[in-house]
Amino acid sequence: MDTSFTPLEALLGGSLIGLAAVALMALHGRVAGMTGILTGALLLKADWNWRAAFLAGAVAAPLILLLLTGTPLHLQDELPSWALIAGGLLVGLGVSFGGGCTSGHGVCGIARLSKRSIVATLTFMAATFITVFVVRHVFGGF
Amino acid sequence: MFRTLSAAAIGLVFGTGIVISGMGNPAKVLNFFDLFGTWDPSLLLVMGSALTVTFTGYRFVFRRPAPVLDHKFHLPAKRPLDLPLIGGSALFGIGWGISGFCPGGALPALGSGEPSPLIFVAAMIGGILLASGLRAVSARRQALA
Repeated sequence: MDTSFTPLEALLGGSLIGLAAVALMALHGRVAGMTGILTGALLLKADWNWRAAFLAGAVAAPLILLLLTGTPLHLQDELPSWALIAGGLLVGLGVSFGGGCTSGHGVCGIARLSKRSIVATLTFMAATFITVFVVRHVFGGF
Repeated sequence: MFRTLSAAAIGLVFGTGIVISGMGNPAKVLNFFDLFGTWDPSLLLVMGSALTVTFTGYRFVFRRPAPVLDHKFHLPAKRPLDLPLIGGSALFGIGWGISGFCPGGALPALGSGEPSPLIFVAAMIGGILLASGLRAVSARRQALA
């Protein structure tokens, strides 16, 4: 499905993600990586409460934006459930063994010039490019 | 109490950034990776601006000895590159390419009330718990050996 290039929204949204990452480090001393925050909350680590609060805030964002602007978050996808389940399992396993995802490695880790995060980000971006190419142009989509 | 409220507010800013940037929408994410099809470069600007703000902000944050609400910065220990890092990241990329959801995009997308992020997040939580179970089993084996 076509989506249009939205440079202003991309820059504004990206800056807010960066602002959240800086604030979480400045105030809490924590990396704003969704994988780490979610895993710690799921495994009920001793400090689960700030993690649960962060997650609640993140999930509430579309609802608050809906109240403020009247625009709901609309997801365009026509993926079958099996693709969401297979994708979810692979992402869950992958980010656990890889120790992070786009937010943890791709934003916070690279911002610290961590070699592991730079290699992880290059690896998952390359794997995603190849996967999307194979799914869309070899198999012709799901 | 203040720590919890502050974390919720920061999570809200993070989620708002994801929603405004379009990164909670799998179609937009997948189109970034579809260079030879319906390419949408937005994700590049999202990561570029997020990185610029974080890189700059961290320079100031790390001049202080500790964060405001904790006694130390919790940073991952420096470790060499290893197979779990690279293999795990490759698996993550395959899953991201299949579904269009990454963890940071999918969690805020739950608030859309649509079923697809719910299905994805449930499976992803299964994967995270499975990985943590596998690690516990292998650690016990190594302890016994």
